[in-house]
Amino acid sequence: MEDDDRKSSTKNKPQKFWEWAIASMILRLILIYFSKNLNFSSRPEVSTPLTSLRRLAEGYWLKQSSLSPYAGSMYHGSPLLLAVIGPLTAIRISGQPSHLLCSFLFVIADFITAMLIRAMGQKLQSAYSQHLKSLGLDKVLKAPEMLSSGDVAALVYLWNPLTIVTCMGSSTSPIENFFVTLSLYGACARLVPLASFGLVMATHLSLYPAILFIPVILLLGYGIDTPPRKLFLQKDSGNEMKLSSDISSQHIGMTNHLALPSFSWRLPMYFLLWASIWSCYILALCAVSVYKNGGLKEMFKRTYGFILTVEDLSPNIGVLWYFFAEVFDFFRDFFLIVFHMNILFMILPLAIRLKHRPCFLAFVYTAISSLLKSYPSVADSALYLGLLGLFANELSDMHLSFFLFCGYVGVNLLSPIMHNLWIWRGTGNANFYYATAMAYACFQIILVVESVSAMLKNDRMLRRLSTIKDSCIEKTTKIS
Amino acid sequence: MGFRRSILNLLLLCYFVYAAATVAVEEEAEEFHEELLLKPLPDRKVLAHFHFESKANLSPSNGGRHFRLFPKSIYQLVHKFHIREMELSFTQGRWNYEYWGGFDPISRNNARPPGVELWAIFDVPPSQVDALWKNLTHTLSGLFCASINFLESSTSYSAPEWGFRRSSDSLRYGTLPREAVCTENLTPWLKLLPCRDKAGLSELMDRPSIYRGFYHSQRLHLRSSEFSPMDLDSGIRLEQTLTIVLQPGSQRVGMSYNDEAITQPSWSMSSLFGRKVNGRCVLAKSSNVYLQLERGLVSELKNLWKENDGSRSDDVTNENFLTNSVFELSVSSDRLIREVVSLDNEESSVLYLFWIEKNADAKPFDLALIWKRPVIWSSSQAPLHANRFLMGSGNERGSIAVSLKPAEHVESYLATGLSDNECKLRVDVFQVVPWYVKVYYHTLQIFVDGQIQPIYNVIEKMRVSPSEDKVSPGVLELVLKFPCDMKSAALTLEFDKGFLHISEYPPDANQGFDIPSAVITFPDFQPNFHFDEDSNQSPMLSRLKEISPALAYTEVLLVPLTTPDFSMPYNVITITCTVFALYFGSLLNVLRRRIGEEERLLEDRAAKKVGPLRLLFLKLSTKLRGRPLERVHSPPSSSSSAATKLVFKVVLVAAIASAWQYYYK
Repeated sequence: MEDDDRKSSTKNKPQKFWEWAIASMILRLILIYFSKNLNFSSRPEVSTPLTSLRRLAEGYWLKQSSLSPYAGSMYHGSPLLLAVIGPLTAIRISGQPSHLLCSFLFVIADFITAMLIRAMGQKLQSAYSQHLKSLGLDKVLKAPEMLSSGDVAALVYLWNPLTIVTCMGSSTSPIENFFVTLSLYGACARLVPLASFGLVMATHLSLYPAILFIPVILLLGYGIDTPPRKLFLQKDSGNEMKLSSDISSQHIGMTNHLALPSFSWRLPMYFLLWASIWSCYILALCAVSVYKNGGLKEMFKRTYGFILTVEDLSPNIGVLWYFFAEVFDFFRDFFLIVFHMNILFMILPLAIRLKHRPCFLAFVYTAISSLLKSYPSVADSALYLGLLGLFANELSDMHLSFFLFCGYVGVNLLSPIMHNLWIWRGTGNANFYYATAMAYACFQIILVVESVSAMLKNDRMLRRLSTIKDSCIEKTTKIS
Repeated sequence: MGFRRSILNLLLLCYFVYAAATVAVEEEAEEFHEELLLKPLPDRKVLAHFHFESKANLSPSNGGRHFRLFPKSIYQLVHKFHIREMELSFTQGRWNYEYWGGFDPISRNNARPPGVELWAIFDVPPSQVDALWKNLTHTLSGLFCASINFLESSTSYSAPEWGFRRSSDSLRYGTLPREAVCTENLTPWLKLLPCRDKAGLSELMDRPSIYRGFYHSQRLHLRSSEFSPMDLDSGIRLEQTLTIVLQPGSQRVGMSYNDEAITQPSWSMSSLFGRKVNGRCVLAKSSNVYLQLERGLVSELKNLWKENDGSRSDDVTNENFLTNSVFELSVSSDRLIREVVSLDNEESSVLYLFWIEKNADAKPFDLALIWKRPVIWSSSQAPLHANRFLMGSGNERGSIAVSLKPAEHVESYLATGLSDNECKLRVDVFQVVPWYVKVYYHTLQIFVDGQIQPIYNVIEKMRVSPSEDKVSPGVLELVLKFPCDMKSAALTLEFDKGFLHISEYPPDANQGFDIPSAVITFPDFQPNFHFDEDSNQSPMLSRLKEISPALAYTEVLLVPLTTPDFSMPYNVITITCTVFALYFGSLLNVLRRRIGEEERLLEDRAAKKVGPLRLLFLKLSTKLRGRPLERVHSPPSSSSSAATKLVFKVVLVAAIASAWQYYYK
């Protein structure tokens, strides 16, 4: 997608990362001043009933008027967000666009997210190259197209038009994305409290990041993305064979044995402990803030209940709104269960197959939840496209990438047009808009499927290389 | 046989004697009045206001169960649903506050929003009110042949606390702006009258002429003191009014109203209604017709007389007032009632009273008003003109604006209304918004003279009960204080339009949805008529004397909502499910691709050492397929394994099926 065209720019001037990052910030700051004209905040692609800042302002107003912020089916977010961002929505600086302070907050959140992605990418790459070295596949690293994936991913995230639109569009999704990235970074950097805090907050804000629990556990247990374990075992057996013949290579064998990824339960246990501490803490804070207005039960009903039952049927880029606007009431519960189970069904197969690459697994989970969630927005796409940049090297031989890029561009241009035709002009039909949503879903499916298959192919390639190399070594040892 | 018959006769006789004895009591216990008020309107129309009132005293002597005049169905309604007060109105058309009066008791009492409006105050603890309301709506819908039962759903009624009427929390208010009102609603309403439309004033209600009018509002007001033990005079008062605005001489409708040279059209009851009054309803205690000349008209008439012949005294009570140079009445009035005004510079309106009893015994009563000279006057205006608009385009969002403009003569009202040094004009706004119009209350903006004001400068009191999706409508109650010298004021509220499930759209979804009228009340202004003589006899005049704040209903707003495609739920379901299947299938396929490879590897190994049993299968399968064994030599291993798999699967399914059968036998 967008990473394809970024690659060339970053490849030529890899040292110019900071210039590009700062340029993207400046672009955002410039666009903030035109936010009123751009009017992104009311776009269905940007603000969903869950993330709309306007609804947050309404919730804050209701709370200030000593009503429950959840009264009136307007606000469905977290009470903590209300306490933090709420006051910012009420402050209006004369002569400036409304929600200026919130926009600054979102710009900062975007920037930190990009930095976290970059740090994650650097960690990933160093770990990966170390593993490859230990496998003896140094020549893969030496390939000229090897990029610093952290920079690529961060720039993809910062310069992605979808991210920029989300940041301009006054929705709280930059904050959600920030917490998701924070938890992944924390897991990569083995900072257990940070990872658990990020995950608990992200889950608290939008529920779906809860499935990232598995990749975070795997990250803490196995360590950062590695080639499949089997390779090391093969390599080990090869080394042992070599060991019998050549004693001098004993040292290498020992290092390999150390690098062999094995699941350690120490950090995941810490993680569970910290996660429970953080969730208790956050629930306690929520309970305090909604104490007078129905308590936690009401909060769960209005936030998670609203997400799971798809009550709001206003159009968005997902497919569930139209489905539930049309489906017969009798089958509503059945399909609600089916669609949400679809997310859960894929968790286990993916976890089994990609357990050696937890970061990639996290990317796939994010993409799947963005595809199947009840109120998706382009912010979710922005996040997983940013994470996709982390695997620019591994996925370099992905199929259909140009087709997907064109598809994303096409759908993102066509969808507002169809929306305009249907809602504003009244000349179009709901089916037109729905068709673009359908196409978008298909492209996301293709992206997920192709990236998973490319990653598996990459692993296969590594295995082939290592076996070839092993056989070469064997041959050489035999000859000697 | 004869004996039994005589007993029967005796019983009948006893009954009649008892009935005759009780009639005397009941005559005091029950009363019925019929009255009609006619009023020429400044825009060449005529207002006809029928007022029927039945009263029943529920004395313990008759057990409160036997009625001679009072409709029993109403009594049962009151008794069953513990109603303290209730009003139901069916209205077609919109009251023109500018021309037909916005500041007189008639408009206050009888101008109602289009469609059905129902409110009721119950005499039960607040927890039971909703259940009673739901049952009441069903009963009324049966009683009046209207879809009042739609008010049962909690999305369509609200519980105003103070914005609509000063009342306790047992008030429920609901409107159906879309309800079409026609003769099938009038007939059950007439059934409640003791003479129906067979005799008395209701004889005038010729359906085509009534429904040809510009405005038509049929109202039923109930007030009961049955459940208040403090009140000794316990009873039920049923007030039925029908207010019509008619155009006399409808052949001249096309003419411009502003042409000053044209006299008002002359009319008579027979030309308005196509009928005459043949006599009073004999069951009615009083049966009167009034002709009202409002203040503006009276002062204009005086001016005209002064111009014409200064010699004549300008006393309106003068007897030759009837045959004056401006208009002429076909029947001489029996009495003349003048309004008592508090201020000297104000004119008083005049009521001519005609007794049907006296006028209609020889020939049918047919009051006619013949205008001789053009008269231009204006009717009394409410202190502020309220209008409501929708702003914005498209079907995604919009905003509601209520604009308030002072009437021309507001200063005089203000002078009477308030004498403080800091003059403030108090306005109450009560607005119900259906849930699919999702109002952002934090966007409430108030403009005074075009300048945006901090809302807490203007709002004195505010109550918001936000709408709950598919549960309750949003209610906004406001008390606003405006400076008296303001030129205009406006309130705006932004909203998002909701999207409904296809089954929630009405049959004509593309027509749009109605936002019910807002109620604008002016609590400082209480229009009422004081009459110079004791008019306790007439219930209508006592209604006009009542002191209650002036109110105005705004327009009903039509909000077009986006519609989905109603025709293709199946397509949507199948296509969406296909996409999900695509996702699930292709992802799973990618994930298990390696396993497939390994299997192939294993099979390749296995194919090298084919056992005799497998060879048999191989031959069998190839024979079944009708191909020679030699030609498919390289892939046979896979096909044979497929065949074994197939056989295994068939056996497995058969086994499961038989087990199932066995288990459930």
